[in-house]
Amino acid sequence: MTNSIAELEDSDCILVTGSNTTETHPVISTFIKRAVKFRNKALIVIEPRRIDLVSHATLWLRQLPGTDIAVINGLMNLIIQENLHDQAYIAERTENFEALRETVAKYTPEYVEQISGVPAADLRRAARLYAQAKAASIVYAMGVTQHTSGTDNVKTLANLAMLCGNVGIESGGVNPLRGQNNVQGACDMGGLPNVFSGYQPVTDAAARAKMEAAWGVEKLPDWVGLTMTGMVPAIPEGKIKALYIVGENPVISEADADHVVKALNKLDFLVVQDIFLTETAQLADVVLPAATFAEKSGTFSNTERRVAPVRQVIAPLGDSRPDWQIIAELARRLGYPMNYAGPEAIFEEIRQVTPSYAGITYARLEAEGGLQWPCPTTEHPGTVYLHRGQFSRGKGAFFAIDHRDPAEMPDADYPLVMTTGRVLYQYHTGSMSRRAPGLEGKAPECRVEITAGDAARYGIADGEPVRVKSRRGELVARALVSPKAVAGTIFIPFHYHEAPVNKLTIAALDPVAKIPEFKVCAVNIEKA
Amino acid sequence: MTTNPGPCAIVPTDNLKPEVLDRLEAIIAGRRATPGNLLPVLHEAQEIMGYVPAPMQAAIAAGLNLPGSDIFGTMSFYSMFAWKPRGKYIVRMCQSPPCHVNGAENMLQALQAELGLAVGQTTADGLFTLELSACLGICEVAPAMQINEVVHGNLTREKIGQIIADYRAGKAPDFRQLPYSTKDYRHYKHCPAEPVLMDNVGLIDPMEIQAYLDRGGYGALKKALTTMTPEAVVEEVKTSGLRGRGGAGFPAGLKWSFTRPLTVTPKYIVCNADEGEPGTIKDRYLMEGDPHKVLEGMAIAGYAVGASRGFIYCRGEYYLSQHRLQHAINQATAQGFLGEKLFGTDFSFNVEIRSGGGCYICGEETALIESVEGKRGYPRLKPPFPGVSGLWGRPTVVNNVETLSSVPAIINRGGAWYKSLGTPDTSGTKIYQVIGHVQTPQIVEAPVGLTLRELIDTYGGGLRPGRSFKMCQTGGASAGLVTAESLDVPMDFGSLAEAGGALGSGTMLVMDESTCVLDFLRAVAVFFAHESCGQCTPCREGTLRLLQTITRIYQGRGKMEDLAFLERLAATLQDASYCPLGQSAGVPLMSALKHFRPEIEAHIQEKKCRAGACQAHPS
Amino acid sequence: MPPSILTINGATHSFEAGQTILDVALGSGITVPTLCNYKDTTPTGACRVCVVEVEGARTLLPACATQAAPGMVVQTESPRVVEARKMVIELLLASGNHNCLVCEANGECELQSLAYRYQVTTPDFANPPDTPYYYEDDNHMLVRDFSKCVMCGRCVRACNEWQVNQAIAIGYRGAHNKIVARGDFPYVNSDCVFCGECLQACPVGAILDKHAIGQGRPWERRLVRTTCPYCGVGCQVDVHVKDGRMVKVTGADAIPNLGKLCAKGRFGWHFVDHPDRLKTPLIKENGAFREAGWDEALDLVASRLKDIRDKEGPEKIGGWCSARVTNEENYLMQKLMRAVIGTNHVDHCARL
Repeated sequence: MTNSIAELEDSDCILVTGSNTTETHPVISTFIKRAVKFRNKALIVIEPRRIDLVSHATLWLRQLPGTDIAVINGLMNLIIQENLHDQAYIAERTENFEALRETVAKYTPEYVEQISGVPAADLRRAARLYAQAKAASIVYAMGVTQHTSGTDNVKTLANLAMLCGNVGIESGGVNPLRGQNNVQGACDMGGLPNVFSGYQPVTDAAARAKMEAAWGVEKLPDWVGLTMTGMVPAIPEGKIKALYIVGENPVISEADADHVVKALNKLDFLVVQDIFLTETAQLADVVLPAATFAEKSGTFSNTERRVAPVRQVIAPLGDSRPDWQIIAELARRLGYPMNYAGPEAIFEEIRQVTPSYAGITYARLEAEGGLQWPCPTTEHPGTVYLHRGQFSRGKGAFFAIDHRDPAEMPDADYPLVMTTGRVLYQYHTGSMSRRAPGLEGKAPECRVEITAGDAARYGIADGEPVRVKSRRGELVARALVSPKAVAGTIFIPFHYHEAPVNKLTIAALDPVAKIPEFKVCAVNIEKA
Repeated sequence: MTTNPGPCAIVPTDNLKPEVLDRLEAIIAGRRATPGNLLPVLHEAQEIMGYVPAPMQAAIAAGLNLPGSDIFGTMSFYSMFAWKPRGKYIVRMCQSPPCHVNGAENMLQALQAELGLAVGQTTADGLFTLELSACLGICEVAPAMQINEVVHGNLTREKIGQIIADYRAGKAPDFRQLPYSTKDYRHYKHCPAEPVLMDNVGLIDPMEIQAYLDRGGYGALKKALTTMTPEAVVEEVKTSGLRGRGGAGFPAGLKWSFTRPLTVTPKYIVCNADEGEPGTIKDRYLMEGDPHKVLEGMAIAGYAVGASRGFIYCRGEYYLSQHRLQHAINQATAQGFLGEKLFGTDFSFNVEIRSGGGCYICGEETALIESVEGKRGYPRLKPPFPGVSGLWGRPTVVNNVETLSSVPAIINRGGAWYKSLGTPDTSGTKIYQVIGHVQTPQIVEAPVGLTLRELIDTYGGGLRPGRSFKMCQTGGASAGLVTAESLDVPMDFGSLAEAGGALGSGTMLVMDESTCVLDFLRAVAVFFAHESCGQCTPCREGTLRLLQTITRIYQGRGKMEDLAFLERLAATLQDASYCPLGQSAGVPLMSALKHFRPEIEAHIQEKKCRAGACQAHPS
Repeated sequence: MPPSILTINGATHSFEAGQTILDVALGSGITVPTLCNYKDTTPTGACRVCVVEVEGARTLLPACATQAAPGMVVQTESPRVVEARKMVIELLLASGNHNCLVCEANGECELQSLAYRYQVTTPDFANPPDTPYYYEDDNHMLVRDFSKCVMCGRCVRACNEWQVNQAIAIGYRGAHNKIVARGDFPYVNSDCVFCGECLQACPVGAILDKHAIGQGRPWERRLVRTTCPYCGVGCQVDVHVKDGRMVKVTGADAIPNLGKLCAKGRFGWHFVDHPDRLKTPLIKENGAFREAGWDEALDLVASRLKDIRDKEGPEKIGGWCSARVTNEENYLMQKLMRAVIGTNHVDHCARL
């Protein structure tokens, strides 16, 4: 997030898109709901499903799946037409505005309505609500990113925010809600193919030299590695022979899961380190038992860039060990001694090589609870919101982007759109939440969410088992006729190994971020 | 009882029939834009099936975008809503103190025997559901019951049998066709002094605006709007000395003068027509007999304080009042006496009726405001007072029906003239009500200052033959008792308060020596325990303990320590309760202990009822 | 504007506009007992425990909901106040089955503290112990025991004002008052989303964490503040531990969640000591796993990785970090892959 969670309550207009916030980030949703209920702030929800947040919304734009860019471009066009954009901000802090103006010009309300189904009048109201707010905040999640146009979707949202001068101000910003406890930290720490910790490019010789010195090695690889979604298809091609997987369950979570299993089975050597014998671990040659969050110490970085302590609560169960100990031990056996006294010692090294974390210490975390990076010095209070006064890259660049259709559109054989996501009571591949009796009790099985109209069309009653098929696979689960659903679209959560929806999803990737298009693929449905 | 044996597990969750859903959706659509629409929607929705089942609640929640918990939380607060199936006819037997002292318990037994039902049950044929009401507001015909909209009073065993037989035979009267809901005002004994309020009642056709106009109706509104400034209207009412007739007696002109200068808009006029104080029946005669006078008074008040919208919050049991008022509003609006730009001025005024749901507490002005907003009738903290922050946080003047109905005459004839009527403490005329153990319970309008003796002897027809006066509860269930020594006190706010009673709404519940004071206190305690809103601890728990302890003594199981406890409890109720309901719940008890302590102690120490009235232990 | 002055218990105190008597008292170190007052929610002044005597006022006034005014003269423990407060406590004790012996709240119950402070015992007019009360125990998260409910309404405000889940309200009237969900259905059949905010707000033992029942008294438990392992919000949680076992999780009143949690954060921790947990390294032989010691497993991994790196090249090895493990562990993992193995095929599931 460019801004902080608490700032949402003071945002004059909150635009939520591609986030079923009350179910996936319930606690953040409370800040949004409080802003609306107690501070009379405006809430615009741009979302095909009638999610719970809709009942709190000032305005709900129900776009067709995969038409986000058209809607946002339409908003920008109206804002420019009505002269509601922040011209001083644009002049001072951004570049490439003219190209944006030209591109969005053709997104008239009528044209946008044609593509997205959003009524022109609603689009106008939304444009005014957003543009006339003193500080407006955009909140989004995987509903925006998990498309072949994911990167463009995000850039389009950034365009909108900059157009109205909402980046670099309190209670404004562009705020992705990160789905996992430490997805932010994994990125910050260089758990990416192209950067070291603190987003220092591996292709930058100076950065490499710095890390080589810090780590006492002669030569670090200077090439950009493959992403997860790139590594899997590289296996059958013989380009990847061994994988060491820590705390991931791609057999359930990756798109086109059958291909993932086939690929992993082709590896020469697979090591999986996890807390349970997950579907992925079952394919491994060696499984290493890791400790849970409660059995170790360290830090997590949350979605608002806040580094917060993880404290050991109980002793590791059985012979399980914290991941850091396992990795360090392995390193030693590979001839590279890693002699850390504990997580704090590792963190001290992170601080040395990672400028944005340099000012964060365990002592400060103990005293202050959490600190938001960038925090360059130990005197620095941390950064509540980014891009104040200036963008990190200098000027904020507008990107002129056009709408394009998703990779796989419904057709006669596969007439429905399928989207995937989470439900409140389950989490990701379910390895944790499905072992909590309370959560499992509330959501014990996969349900295929469908409108009453579509259900009637396919002769399906609420609660009846249905078979859903895509070009890649099929599953059977019970139908859930729901007012949340979108006509022509079914929604299936991806938590359930009994109904592994990722056997159906398409491994079509966004060209830049390599994110799969989980939110749109074509399927058909029948009574099972 | 504090016990709630379980959730409404029996609520059917089957889906609504399409035709029910269609009607419901039409109701919701029609009310979607109405502020505070929940109660009107619930009232209308209940018409469809006679109750509001869970799926209907869910549809209302979705349609009005309100939390489902609030729907249930609100509807379950009001006695008149049901969420389980009920019979075609809801028989509500009144158990208020006035009905109680006239033998309501016996009539309930008779009714139960006739219907073969316990309270809360429905006959197998689905025809009758028997319910209790804490007060129906029809005390002049006590003991009484209401079947759907229609009142049946002066009940006897024989009469009950006949009434039920008629309903069984399909002879259910249409309340809209009845001339009045209880009795003909023309047959009452009238005060020789000129009436100010009741001048039209019984004389004109309340369904015909022309009759009101022929009697000079809406002349005061025209005079105010076309010849007076709002400030002058406020001043005139101040001059009149008119004190609020709801019970508290706060000067109406002064109240208006707080709201007048406020620049916050919109402002509201709320006519308190909740008339829930047991024994109080006067406003009903005005609303049924002369509805335009109420409207005219409201419009003048609106002009005076700068409000363009009025609400009449009328108690739910007053079906005929609501019917006549709504008709009057329609006519007045059609003829330009309500609506936009009245009499060619810039002043506009519209009136809407809101129906209560069977809650005494909603007569308290802030609870009433909450109720109009569509919530549970929980009183608000004061300050701020409604005159500054009322409905939806806007300045709101809340006045009683009788108060507002006094206003046209004040404008027509001047505040000084009004001031010349009545007593120095309380000017004007007052509608007194004499009920209980008198021969002819009735209402009478008289200049303030009538004595209790005059009221009983001249208008109430005296006590029943051979009976002597024991006590009178003055002003309503929440006030103290007076004994024979106060019979000649002029009944105004100050004098009655001094005598240990209260003018309140002007109702006088007369009881003769056959009344057991404990039995009476028990009926009062039943009322408060039933009507406590439950917001604050002392009242929620205290009214219940009051009832339990008094009942125990009444049944001969009392201890002397119980009296000490009751006194402590009454003191805390008075000192620590949230609102006037709880603060006054112990007042009748304290008053009874003052006047009748030996009689009460005899129940404990001698297991003896000196009045010979207690079933548990006759003298 | 200079601060205004009022008098509490004979001493003068300054205050700012908008402060309640309670705010001023607490700010000045004067304890005024409260019950229904709850963490920045709308004061209702309903329980009447905090009533104080204000000179000139006809009745006692709730300190939590009465604005301080210049020149006010307040008594917080006068005989009149104490008498009313004791009666209120007595009435509350009578209203349910307030037996502390097996009550989960024993030791942190606010009614218990009030009874102790004012030395009030259960009065003889209390409801008999066998009075039937509604008891809801039909799910694995929350138990509702209405024999303990004091109708303070804190749960309702917590639900509606902190979480804005709007799942519960006060229903019925008077002594019948009850906390209700949609249709007065049990939580599981209502709009309740099991965030447990009501549980956290309850001052007595009326709402219980199902799995903590009987698992230890407050004074036997150790609290460890840590970060929730579920989504990216990073809620701060207090884990309650007894005898080396997790007992329950409560929301910590800290940034970013300010005490709030969701169903997962509060009730989703049972995976930690689940029997399915991996407790020893496993090595696959002939298609089946067998248990192994750490040395054996790690030696095997090291030798195989070394082998492939040396024979096939480091670019044939990939390593997946995890959005589930700590920063320190992610850092070490990418360091291992880059510095020790020599590959940049490093990624994690940021995109899923």
